[in-house]
Amino acid sequence: MTEKVLPFQNREYIGIHEVMGPLFVIEQVHDVGYNELVEIVDERGQTKLGITLEVARNMAVVQIFGGTGGLSLAAPRVKFTGRSFELPVAAAMLGRVFNGLGQPIDGMPKFIPEKIADVNGLPINPTARDYPNRFIQTGISSIDAMNTLVRGQKLPIFSGNGLPHDILAAQIARQARIIGDDDGFAVVFAAMGVKHDVAQFFIDSFEESGVLGKVVTFLSLADAPSIERIMTPRAALTCAEFLAFEKGMHILVILTDMGNYCEALREIATLRGEIPARKGYPGYLYSDLASLYERAGLIKGLKGSITQMPILTMPNDDITHPVPDLTGYITEGQIVLERELSQKGIYPPISGLPSLSRLMKDNIGHGLTRDDHPHLASQLFACYARVKDVRALALVIGEEELPALDRKYLEFGEAFERQFLSQGRYEDRSLDQSLDLGWKLLSLLPQDELHRITGEEISKFYGK
Amino acid sequence: MFKVIGHVSRVAGPLVEAQSADHAHMLEMVKVGDDQLVGEIVRLRGARITIQVYEDTTSLKPGVPVYGSGMPLAVELGPGLIGSIYDGIQRPLEVIRSSSGHYIQKGVHAQALDRSKKWHFKPRMKAGDVVEPGAVIGIVPETSLIEHRVLAPVDVRGRVVSIVDESERTVEEVVAVISDKGKETPVSLYQRWPVRQGRPYGTKERLSEPLITGQRVIDTLFPVPKGGAVAVPGGFGTGKTIVQHQLAKWCDADIIVFIGCGERGNEMTDVLLSFPKLVDPRSKKSLMERTILIANTSNMPVAAREASIYTGITLAEYYRDMGYHVAVMADSTSRWAEALRELSGRMEELPADEGFPAYLPTRLAEFYERAGMVRSLSGKRGSITIVGSISPPGGDFSEPVTQHTKRYVRCFWALDRDLANARHYPSISWIDSYSGYIDEVEPWWRKNLDPDWLALRNQIMDLLQKEERLQQVVKLVGPDVLPDSQKIILETCVIFKATFLQQSAFDEVDMFTAPQKQVRMLKIILKFYEKSVAAIKSGVTLEKIRKSTLRSDILRMKLAVRNEDMDKLDLLAASLEAFVLEEAVP
Repeated sequence: MTEKVLPFQNREYIGIHEVMGPLFVIEQVHDVGYNELVEIVDERGQTKLGITLEVARNMAVVQIFGGTGGLSLAAPRVKFTGRSFELPVAAAMLGRVFNGLGQPIDGMPKFIPEKIADVNGLPINPTARDYPNRFIQTGISSIDAMNTLVRGQKLPIFSGNGLPHDILAAQIARQARIIGDDDGFAVVFAAMGVKHDVAQFFIDSFEESGVLGKVVTFLSLADAPSIERIMTPRAALTCAEFLAFEKGMHILVILTDMGNYCEALREIATLRGEIPARKGYPGYLYSDLASLYERAGLIKGLKGSITQMPILTMPNDDITHPVPDLTGYITEGQIVLERELSQKGIYPPISGLPSLSRLMKDNIGHGLTRDDHPHLASQLFACYARVKDVRALALVIGEEELPALDRKYLEFGEAFERQFLSQGRYEDRSLDQSLDLGWKLLSLLPQDELHRITGEEISKFYGK
Repeated sequence: MFKVIGHVSRVAGPLVEAQSADHAHMLEMVKVGDDQLVGEIVRLRGARITIQVYEDTTSLKPGVPVYGSGMPLAVELGPGLIGSIYDGIQRPLEVIRSSSGHYIQKGVHAQALDRSKKWHFKPRMKAGDVVEPGAVIGIVPETSLIEHRVLAPVDVRGRVVSIVDESERTVEEVVAVISDKGKETPVSLYQRWPVRQGRPYGTKERLSEPLITGQRVIDTLFPVPKGGAVAVPGGFGTGKTIVQHQLAKWCDADIIVFIGCGERGNEMTDVLLSFPKLVDPRSKKSLMERTILIANTSNMPVAAREASIYTGITLAEYYRDMGYHVAVMADSTSRWAEALRELSGRMEELPADEGFPAYLPTRLAEFYERAGMVRSLSGKRGSITIVGSISPPGGDFSEPVTQHTKRYVRCFWALDRDLANARHYPSISWIDSYSGYIDEVEPWWRKNLDPDWLALRNQIMDLLQKEERLQQVVKLVGPDVLPDSQKIILETCVIFKATFLQQSAFDEVDMFTAPQKQVRMLKIILKFYEKSVAAIKSGVTLEKIRKSTLRSDILRMKLAVRNEDMDKLDLLAASLEAFVLEEAVP
């Protein structure tokens, strides 16, 4: 094989042409590739990283991750590396803390990379995917019984400002396990634009439960340049892919907060004068989010898995906002937190009806969890939906005027929220406990109201 | 075949500009750069051409050559399509997986049809026979269900010069030669067809036969005929994909083309793993023996997503021309429209509504008009039914894709968020949905199942409308103030929703309901209503009717009675006739 000659490799240019926000234009360049990694050294000798967003003959548009403050037109030295943005990965990353671009910031020495991987990843061939098939017990009743999480699933938490999504995510990370198969579990945690104390909360929580050695942390906090956030989830997922599919580990990826990531995207799009779709977000937001979320899953013949739990706070609790909306179209369900429940003092305030796990249907029931699980879940949903209707009616005509059956539903609703939804931050319920609790609550209602469960199940579980 | 037609001058995402030195044609298929990325020319402006590239353009550099093919983007049509899974530009994903591993690498190429596989060809013509365009020259058993008909090219009319005997042939071997005014055309088992151009047919025919889906709310309330077009809009989590899967599994089309356009990877995996195991209720064969999958998941390149819809419909037209009924499931057309928007935005075209290009309605119309029942060039009757799902942002149906689609489809299954939240599936709203095909399918139901079908359907639709109005009252003052004569409407609708409209996609008995069973169930519920009204008139209280065991028998009939033992429903109907009358005696 003849070696390829790369005449312009590692070529360096001095001076740039135009700077706007985190972008700059450089002219008179040659042989620059699209999406190529760029290193920029400013007057003070600081090195920043960037990538090319557009290339033409003699010209390139570069997006720079370190912020363009202090950059002059004449002085910066710009080096085109001839490769795309890459991340060195290794099993030694476990327990380490990195910045949003994947550089270590915990003061420890650099690790020896086992592989250099392109952070953009490649799409998994749909025929190579294996269907997610193992129930993950989170120890939280409303998730395990009604919105089952499955290994290889992407299940986001839709929350609002001030709701306890972080506490819930930390609890899930702490308690999640597969019954009878607990080897090689690890967490990749990526924080984008969140406050320092939120990140610290997660780290403390991991430390407290003794799993910190099994966590890889990527921090791009609120005070880091916002553009860095565009790389953070990619770096985290690249690390997760390596650990999962080359080291055979089961990885839970927590990405918080996706809203901040999308804002960074919007910032770039607006600066480039792109035609916006909804609320100023670019038209490719869906494709871009999909390129992250779809990096979850299982691959046939490989041992590991990636389960994703992105967290996003919905501006003004609006689930139709483009970020939660497009996320919901890609992920396999969603855990929605509800302000009203939270204000009632219920933790976790997981909203009963809009929450959904799409992969639940194929992964519960006979031979998978417990035979009565599917019907019980369906019945709990139906009854709770009725509770909502009855409550709306009670608001209008008053509780006393309600028919006796409807009052039973109110009683059921109250018990459901106080006993089933509500649990302690450190309370780890087994699936059996959760399902039995569900049956106990259904027994508050008359038998002939329960259309979705079979006669056998009624005689086995009702009122027991 | 490929020659250099220019050099790349600018790269911005999936759009690439090039300076062309040579002839470039609009919509010509090209390959770009050393990796030979597949693309299509979408704009010509002097020497500047714009190319839409179907693969990731990372590391593509200005200056690299662009190779022109001289031909538009086309698909291969021939035996071996069925049971395959392709990406948006018909690259076989299974083959790519065996050549390049778990991930789709850049610039991988593979032929859509297996060149080495031998097919058992049986001639249907002999030397000297007259060949009309699109005539059947011979047949190949493609799967145990589908007989593949080898069609003459649509632009050839003449006589067979030579044709091979019954033998094993690969797709590339010439099996016949046709002479058209002295010009000889060789015919092999496969041909190519440009995806953006509909295949010609003889005439479009009137739609008359329902597409039986086994889904009660669809077949009975909002039917679609073979050759019709339906839109299924719904916010996320309302069950669009499940509706699409149910139709793909159970509808009585001969062939299913399932286009996963910009959707989840795991959903395609679900189809891939479950379809081979599922058995078609009519043929008792694996569903994969009649299914073609196009998978361009959301993380695969956006330009190929735009093409996937055309690839899918072209394959469907090919089988239609053989005389088959084909159903095309496009999930989701919104992702396709968004791909259009993204590409249009990058070409800096002036946007119309919500950033979508002004030609969105034209493109939608072109797509949905490729549905229909036709008499093919060779006189065979075949159809394409299109079921396109829509993912409106925020579940708001006033957005452009839903609104424009409504102009070109006559059947609309609106998925309702509240129903989905209450886990009422399929969450097809009986208030917002409609079917403009009732008149077309009514004669079929009348002739084959029940002379009163239309009256029965209209009666239950009427009750549902009345119930909707009564619910408004109930919301204000509670149900207790209504007289029993009105409460029975609510009661009947509760039963109808629970037994008839709700249908489990995962319960073995419930997932498919034969039309005979649907009619019987409907009649039983309406009989129950009629009897109850009479009983209430004669003084029986609603409470008493509610407590009757018949009510729970009716509620359980969908699960308790299999499609095979429909007689049980007749028994139930008979006891209903007797029972309430007895009750009515004070």
